[in-house]
Amino acid sequence: MNTLPEVPLSRREMLLGLGALVVGAVVPLPGRSGRLLGAEAATGPLVANAFVCIAPDSTVTVLSPNIELGQGPFTGLATLVADELDADWSQMRAAHAPADARLYANPTFGVQGTGGSTSMYVGYESLRKAGAAARALIVAAAAQSWDVPAAEITIERGVVRHAGSGRSGSFGDFVAPAGQLTPPAEPVLKTPDRFIYIGRPLPKLDTRAKTDGSAQYTLDVYRDDMLIAVVAHAPKFGATVASFDDAAARRVRGVVDVRGTDFGVAVYATSTWAALRGRQALAVRWNEAAAELRSTAAIEAEALALVRSRGQVAAERGALDAALAAGHQLIEAEYTFPYLAHAPLEPLDAVIERRGDLIEVWMGSQIQTGDQMVIAQVCGVKPGQVRLNTMLTGGSFGRRAQQGSQFAAEAAAVFMAAGGRRPVKLFWTREDDIRGGFYRPQMVHRLRGAIDAEGRIVAWEQVIAGRSILTGSTFEGAMVNGIDQTMVEGAADLPYAVPNLQVSVHVTKSPVPVLWWRSVGHTHTGYVVETFIDELLERAGKDPIAGRIELLADQPRMAGVLRRVAEISQWDSPPPAGRARGVAVVYSFNSWVAEVAEVSIGPAGEPRVHKVWCAVDCGRAVNPDIVAAQMEGGIGYGLGAGLYGAITLDEGGSVRQSNFHDYRSLRIGEAPEIEVAIMPSAERPTGVGEPGTPPIMPAVANALRRLTGKPARQLPLVQRG
Amino acid sequence: MTIVLNVNGVERTVDVDSDTPLLWVLRDELRLTGTKYGCGIAQCGACTVQIDGRPVRSCVTPVAQVAGQPIVTIEGVTGPEADAVREAWVQHDTPQCGYCQSGQILAAEALLRATPRPTDADIDTAMAGNLCRCATYPRIRQAIKTAARTLEGRRS
Repeated sequence: MNTLPEVPLSRREMLLGLGALVVGAVVPLPGRSGRLLGAEAATGPLVANAFVCIAPDSTVTVLSPNIELGQGPFTGLATLVADELDADWSQMRAAHAPADARLYANPTFGVQGTGGSTSMYVGYESLRKAGAAARALIVAAAAQSWDVPAAEITIERGVVRHAGSGRSGSFGDFVAPAGQLTPPAEPVLKTPDRFIYIGRPLPKLDTRAKTDGSAQYTLDVYRDDMLIAVVAHAPKFGATVASFDDAAARRVRGVVDVRGTDFGVAVYATSTWAALRGRQALAVRWNEAAAELRSTAAIEAEALALVRSRGQVAAERGALDAALAAGHQLIEAEYTFPYLAHAPLEPLDAVIERRGDLIEVWMGSQIQTGDQMVIAQVCGVKPGQVRLNTMLTGGSFGRRAQQGSQFAAEAAAVFMAAGGRRPVKLFWTREDDIRGGFYRPQMVHRLRGAIDAEGRIVAWEQVIAGRSILTGSTFEGAMVNGIDQTMVEGAADLPYAVPNLQVSVHVTKSPVPVLWWRSVGHTHTGYVVETFIDELLERAGKDPIAGRIELLADQPRMAGVLRRVAEISQWDSPPPAGRARGVAVVYSFNSWVAEVAEVSIGPAGEPRVHKVWCAVDCGRAVNPDIVAAQMEGGIGYGLGAGLYGAITLDEGGSVRQSNFHDYRSLRIGEAPEIEVAIMPSAERPTGVGEPGTPPIMPAVANALRRLTGKPARQLPLVQRG
Repeated sequence: MTIVLNVNGVERTVDVDSDTPLLWVLRDELRLTGTKYGCGIAQCGACTVQIDGRPVRSCVTPVAQVAGQPIVTIEGVTGPEADAVREAWVQHDTPQCGYCQSGQILAAEALLRATPRPTDADIDTAMAGNLCRCATYPRIRQAIKTAARTLEGRRS
């Protein structure tokens, strides 16, 4: 039986952080928690520590504190353990760890959660230690069983050996005796020259289950007697239910209940189709007193007025005004960015069931501690009574990492509103998702730059206006000097040596909820900085790559990825006729990524991106193939959004888009060929899930400017007709 | 109403409204959960199954319309093309989140049966209806080409 986590975290503790991960703590196997990919949980396993569980059949299951949503932590964390354990890759498995902040808090946030592209950065220490500790237990148990000195025991590819006596065995042989031993407090880690798996493109552990339909996502969870619920959500942000008539809905065959909740009107049915038809048959009157009724065009106009004046200063150096006044050439530019939905292919969903005094939940939870606490609160139990099973999930891109856990709160409210007895699966349709808010904020930037008579960039003024993600959220404690760093990251820390600089912000307000979206502030700051510097360099008569490198004297790793991308793209040779190349480089999540895009204008007048070259410096690449895959994915995700993506509100406040027919996504024929080069490095591994995204759109826009002679300062580039 | 379906070669009797989309019958009634929901309006391809060997969006296919016809889902797709596609998907480690891949594989398998040596343009056309929000498109393309080469090798 699993020990339930007592997680009485106060909000203050969440914000201050809970401290380091507990390595070597013994927890019972949460066998019921994650589906052990490729293997059933055997009886009597060795739980070496919070992260490593070895079964009598010698399979090694790594418990991932991070959610696997396609970015690869199952494989990456298992690689770290397998290397220190000297296991054979074929015996490795991975599953989600249970929700327990005491054991699995991410030191970056102080709670259990996945974000900021931190899984490998954090795991590089904790998971290797866990693997080394497990190895020490196996060695000690073997030494005891064979009555030989531990120092004479070797492990190679999962085979435990004592050369002197000719004895050998497998991990499973020592599971029982090892369980009686105390793991070492400070296990000795390998030196990198002895790594056997780290740095190699090992096959991913979860691929096979994702090619035969057997991988289990939240939507695939069916419990006995379960109801399927859909919610009629308010058509405008901030509106609430005034009244509703459910007579017609209740007549739909299969509909068993209809209930009002704080999140809308919930329809419960024995099948998904009945729930959807029941929702269609509802008549709801909404109270729009607190609703956003403005259009996004009106909100944008307000932000454009704001950037005419300086806001709260986030960064400043030199004497900006004097430098602007003395500049030989002055360039001004305004940029606008729309709201963006994340649109993970599996929309939000959760299953909740009551079992005795426990609440059991299945969901693609990205901030397990927050979701667990909120569900406990809504269900009237202690957090330790909420058993949260983190599921494989059909993408997130930030959507499932909700500060405030509103979706978990909705799922719990819907479960409780129906009586809190029958299991309930809450299912969001694509329309719920596209119109559900928690968007990348709509943003506006105003730039002024000056070049002196010698062609040096001497002044940089950037005024940013838009929504703050952190203000008023559970992560408000992460603000620095009252400024939400997610609004200015990448700009306030401008990497280029411009002597006179000022970056300031205006925060706008709206009931439209906003959220981090793959690479967060860099989605707009990366675009602005990298297209504006490109224009300034062009005016100064400099090459885009050489000119950038000149300004990066104290940024060797940034200059390094630029040089590398110049090599692989053959930057110095001209592109084919009708095409142009553009470059961009962005530092985000502790990694440096430079991209070159080769672009033409297609027959329908839309930009066509033929090829992208990418150079990434993410420290030591634990699995280079996953690094490459994340660059490819980050590029495709950013490209689709930058070319086509926009959520707009009509006058009156209704979201215009509803599904993939009008929230256009990148399709295969629009996806470029991508070549990725990974910089060799002995530094600690850093982020790869997000950093591939920011450079792609400025690289494309810079190429387009060369083709058309006009800068592109409004996203998306393909405007709706 | 009672409807008899032929799913993956097995007769299955279900009692559902005749306009219920095949997708929800497969998932809610038959618990064949490899077929996914992504949009409900035939825009994303996550729900792709094969009917009579051709890829069809099950989210907009009323179940009564396909009674008795051979329906193949990711759980049941077999044969040389299916084997080659799965092997190639594994070789290129194509999936990321994996949610769209059942649909991608059924679309690719149907493409290779109809067009054993697909060009890039053939791939663009056949796979245009299958969204991948993780943007695994370069690997999908490579995997289809690898599968085509494998099949050619096995035929000769």
